[in-house]
Amino acid sequence: MHPAKSVIFFTTGSGAGYGMLAWLAILALMGYQPADSTYGLFAFGIAFGLVGGGLLSSTFHLGHPERAWRAMSQWRSSWLSREGVAAIATFGPTGLYALAWIFLNENQSLAGGIGLIGALMSLITVYCTSMIYGSLKTIPAWFTKWTRVAYLVFAMMTGAVLLWFLSVLFNLPEAATIARLSMFFLALGFIVKIIYWRAVDNAPATSTAESATGLGKLGKIRLIESPHSEDNYLLKEMGFRIARKHAGKLRIIALVLGFVIPFLAICAALYGLPQFQLLFAGFAVVTGIVGIVTERWLFFAEAKHVVTLYYGESRI
Amino acid sequence: MTSLPRKSSRRKLGLVIDLDICVACQACAVNCKEWNTSGHSAPLTDLNPYGKGQNGVWYNRIHSFEAVDEKTGDSQTINFPKSCLHCEDAPCVTVCPTGASYKREEDGIVLVNGDICIGCKLCSWACPYGAREYDETEGVMKKCTLCVDKIYNETLSPSSRVPACVSTCPVGARHFGDLGDPHSEVTRLVEARGGFALMPEQGTLPVNRYLPPRPKQHQKPKDQTPRMLEHKDDSSDGAGLLARWVDKVLSA
Repeated sequence: MHPAKSVIFFTTGSGAGYGMLAWLAILALMGYQPADSTYGLFAFGIAFGLVGGGLLSSTFHLGHPERAWRAMSQWRSSWLSREGVAAIATFGPTGLYALAWIFLNENQSLAGGIGLIGALMSLITVYCTSMIYGSLKTIPAWFTKWTRVAYLVFAMMTGAVLLWFLSVLFNLPEAATIARLSMFFLALGFIVKIIYWRAVDNAPATSTAESATGLGKLGKIRLIESPHSEDNYLLKEMGFRIARKHAGKLRIIALVLGFVIPFLAICAALYGLPQFQLLFAGFAVVTGIVGIVTERWLFFAEAKHVVTLYYGESRI
Repeated sequence: MTSLPRKSSRRKLGLVIDLDICVACQACAVNCKEWNTSGHSAPLTDLNPYGKGQNGVWYNRIHSFEAVDEKTGDSQTINFPKSCLHCEDAPCVTVCPTGASYKREEDGIVLVNGDICIGCKLCSWACPYGAREYDETEGVMKKCTLCVDKIYNETLSPSSRVPACVSTCPVGARHFGDLGDPHSEVTRLVEARGGFALMPEQGTLPVNRYLPPRPKQHQKPKDQTPRMLEHKDDSSDGAGLLARWVDKVLSA
């Protein structure tokens, strides 16, 4: 599948933003977050920036961005529509929570309750995002429960790392707790991604050139003449092939930058050189971003679509 | 509404394509383009049509496959036209977030309303058959309409009220009709010839059917090699007078 930049930024950015929103409410209710105006402004600013930027960027690849509002209407059948509805609805409780936190310095009791609703809706939105991809039977690499698990875990993971950075920046006493939380989710994310790749790599073929043409009875099917000499829309969108060449290396890069290095950086900040913890936190965020973007790029670029069976693939 | 009609339509208009006789002449693809570029979802835009890297909207494409029998090594070529199969459980319809994509209750035709399509391309991801075509110029998705503007057109003679690909096929490899009617000509044709659906494992319940190539009628015995030319490069036996004289001169 063609890995559109807008969609990569949308899924990673909004995922991290929703993860942050979820953690802010959960941690505040547990008493690990100060109801401080400046901190709140930064935390919600970054979270809403990522969510809003992600959603906005997802409209950039549309043929008609000005009609994007129409995408709210088909929530009965379409996961993309559900995602849009959930995303807009989530702005309600999370926005109220942000206002209460920043202007009333209140992040527990009633405000906390609203925050928790916002946290739940944030995770529902991430789930809807994952199902846009996870519901497509035509792309077996996505049509697995591990797609949903990965999107949810990565949202919580990236959100936690960002929040840890912020807590170090503001010198919060609870920074160490958030650091351990981040480490747990980085380890979990690492395991989930490996399980995802194993599941995808070992899955039996869903469809073959024989089933695509219905001619399997006659023998082995091979394309000998493509409909035309140039690429077409289908090949550009669904027949993306650059990634496969470097897939192995890119997977290692994604794992090391996205999970291992942030994990080690947090380790070093916690147990090694706490005086440099801001440096480590910044480092973890930067490598984490590169890693998760690589992971998402691979998620698209490595996924094969069954329509390519009509263009020379033999099994998918 | 992009939910599918609750009851599947009684009429299921679709195509039956005979892979036994298609010669890949491309007439169906060309006439499809000709009709539809001024039809329901007009135009069928082409980008850079006379330069390098031409790219354009086509509803119908013809692939050629080779089937190799792995036991005997025999192979045969099958020409394979492919367009929208107007699936009963059309995933391109249910993923549409705007309601632009819909399946008609009265005859099962799957269409796109270009006025409300946002061009998100998700329907093209959901379709296993590559039936969806994105028009970059207009920023909307387009697809085979089964010539909905031709098959019901009462200003045309009744025999012309079939999709453009069907009326133009010079070998009669394409048939159009109601596959929901057990007594229709197309249904009986599918039964008689063992017509099949493409990628049934995708669960899309396509309406269109393909007819398999018929078994070869004149199978050769396995040990008989094809007739070869007999070469007589080192002998002039049986050659004419002039040839024998030239042979003699040149051999000297």
